[in-house]
Amino acid sequence: MRLDLGAIAKAGSSKANQTGSWRNYKPIFHQVKCIGCGLCKIYCPEGCVTMIEKKKYTVDYTYCKGCGICAEECSSSDIEMIVEEK
Amino acid sequence: MSTTTLTAPKEQSCTLLAPGHTACTGCGEALAAKLVLGAAGTNIIVTDATGCLEVFTTKFPQSSWEVPFIHSLFENSAAVAAGVEVALKALGRQNEAKVIAQGGDGGTADIGLQALSGMLERGHDILYVCYDNEAYMNTGVQRSGLTPFDCMTTTSPCGELSWGNKHNKKDMPSIAAAHGIPYVATASVAFPKDIENKVKKALSITGPKYMQIHSPCPLGWRSKPQLTIQVAKLAVQTGLYPIFEIENGKVTKVRKVTTPKTPVEEYLKIQGRFAHLFKSPKGKEEIQKIQEIADRNIEKYGLA
Amino acid sequence: MSTTFIEGSIAVAKTVGVCRPHVISAYPITPQTHIVEHLSELVADGEVKAEYVNVESEHSAASVVLGSSATGARTYTATTSQGFLLMIEVLFNIAGMRLPVVMTCVNRAVSAPINIWNDQQDSMTARDSGWIQLYAEDNQEASDMHLQAFKIAENKDIMLPVMICMDGFVLTHSFDPVELISQEQADKFLPPFKPEYYLTPKNPLTFGAMVGPDGYMETRYFIEKTMHASLQVISNVATDFHNQFGRFQGGLIDTYKVEDASLVLVAMGSIIGTIKDIVDELRAKGQKVGVLKVRSYRPFPKDEIYKALSHVKEIAVVEKAVSLGYGGILVNEIKSVFYGKPKTPKINGFILGLGGRDITADTIHQVIKETAKAASEEKFVGLNEALIGGK
Repeated sequence: MRLDLGAIAKAGSSKANQTGSWRNYKPIFHQVKCIGCGLCKIYCPEGCVTMIEKKKYTVDYTYCKGCGICAEECSSSDIEMIVEEK
Repeated sequence: MSTTTLTAPKEQSCTLLAPGHTACTGCGEALAAKLVLGAAGTNIIVTDATGCLEVFTTKFPQSSWEVPFIHSLFENSAAVAAGVEVALKALGRQNEAKVIAQGGDGGTADIGLQALSGMLERGHDILYVCYDNEAYMNTGVQRSGLTPFDCMTTTSPCGELSWGNKHNKKDMPSIAAAHGIPYVATASVAFPKDIENKVKKALSITGPKYMQIHSPCPLGWRSKPQLTIQVAKLAVQTGLYPIFEIENGKVTKVRKVTTPKTPVEEYLKIQGRFAHLFKSPKGKEEIQKIQEIADRNIEKYGLA
Repeated sequence: MSTTFIEGSIAVAKTVGVCRPHVISAYPITPQTHIVEHLSELVADGEVKAEYVNVESEHSAASVVLGSSATGARTYTATTSQGFLLMIEVLFNIAGMRLPVVMTCVNRAVSAPINIWNDQQDSMTARDSGWIQLYAEDNQEASDMHLQAFKIAENKDIMLPVMICMDGFVLTHSFDPVELISQEQADKFLPPFKPEYYLTPKNPLTFGAMVGPDGYMETRYFIEKTMHASLQVISNVATDFHNQFGRFQGGLIDTYKVEDASLVLVAMGSIIGTIKDIVDELRAKGQKVGVLKVRSYRPFPKDEIYKALSHVKEIAVVEKAVSLGYGGILVNEIKSVFYGKPKTPKINGFILGLGGRDITADTIHQVIKETAKAASEEKFVGLNEALIGGK
């Protein structure tokens, strides 16, 4: 990064910002009924849902803001939103 | 045809729009940008207008962009992109990257329209992507030229004498197409595969391309964050946000609406920005006017 | 070296051409047009291998060169007056992003009322933008300055844009003998532009990030510090130029018969030539008069000016711009040069030549006559008394 040359920032450096602290609701990926459609990953605005293996997805709570899109769009209702305990 | 190779993004937890950005929960624009980058791959240079996307991705010293990125001002994303494109040519680096210009609806259709028109008219090899969330969200939900009819914003409030925004949404895709450019497309975050296909198709075409992606803003639309995809889907299914491609001036492909028709109420009632239409009998007449807009779209683009 | 009888605009265009710009973008506006017309011809003829981008506004002209410069290209634009004002938002942005763009500001009055003739109000409005501003006295200097400008701007320790200001019509449209710079000479003087950072997928950086209260002030500090450092670089480049070409363009300031003068006129741009003639005339009559030319207006060479004028009893600042509600602009800054110093000369400010009002020998004589009266910052010289209802 170079502030002296007009604020040039390093690629992908926002990963230092752990937006998971914003969460009021938390998605639980049960990994039981998953059919592997991948919509949770595709629709995640944070890009923090990953596929571990076929029909098994997980979320990175470091960044997940708890918007609930994954749970809402899950084809097999396998993701549950619960209240975040802080 | 271009010789630039489009690479798929790395399969890992991080997309080309890195997490840690500060978009609101359920942000449609963050999702749209993630999908555009995912389809475009790493061999690109992107420009961006001032607005939500720029603000929530580039708070110094952090940046969410995993691809080369430049933000200059509100109204010049297209002109800056033109500068990038000609520089690559002049430096003999044209095979190094494809250029993608980005802007919100205000930065594209209002304050940036002149620069966009110039870019389209001059034939630059650039894909312009407008993330359309239908108001000036970054400054606090003020009305833009792409705000829909009767929509409530902070500068088009409803009141005794007002039903919200008095004007129809500017037909930006037609304006872009009127420049005689090879490719114009609309898309919606509800249909990610469609975004991917269109971005890839656009980048395979040499010359100026325009894409407008409907991107719900839970904050400005006063919709639930988890409903971002549902809201976006209903806009398309009702015919209020027609999804089509225009190639060399001709509509070549559309996404059909549901049969039977989904009434616009289904779309309007889950958003606080249209809540005033449901509070009095007179609001019904206004909803009917919005239904007519949807019906005209369905007829114009053959969506039925 | 051969001398060509040539129009100022064409001389400038030819010099810019031999600087091997990669990208040129401009929007036509009188009296800048001859410069960009000739550059577009040079590109069309393949004499200059650049991309020439015809844009739909000055705002976009500046935005195009901004984007190109950030991609690693050497870039040039030119404008004047209203076009300059439309460009200003981008000019601040270019400087803030530390992009070494070079531009010509053809100096012209600002509307309303619309007026296409020369004064220096336009470039004055961007004096705080972070652009280095150099003012040309004649077409030789205007032409030579453009070659120097790229070398100053692209210096690794500077990385700031440079604006060459030349008086509209007075210089741009006048034919003068000019020693033109050949391609070979330019290549010897100006190394290729190789920025440390530029837009490329090989190193995907973010340019133009948002900086909050925790860092914005430092960005201004860095520019201010670099502006001061550029005083030396501007001088060095002028010396380099002198060494190679045998001509010296004075670096930061230039003086004429100032050493023993009791009255010195201070000015910028083409008016210097007129004043020099008067100085010669008065010297012949035994009056100790001299002239100081501010060549570098930003950065402002306070020390050099003080050194040159510390012995002077009276200073008359003549300028073709006005800060409405204050008076002269340059006069204010010349006064500040003497603040806190042991001896302060009497400093008078004169506003003249606005909107192309003729500046004749009489105008300068009147300035000199007025300096004998009480000090003023906003004395308008050359007003038409019939239009303002008497004195």
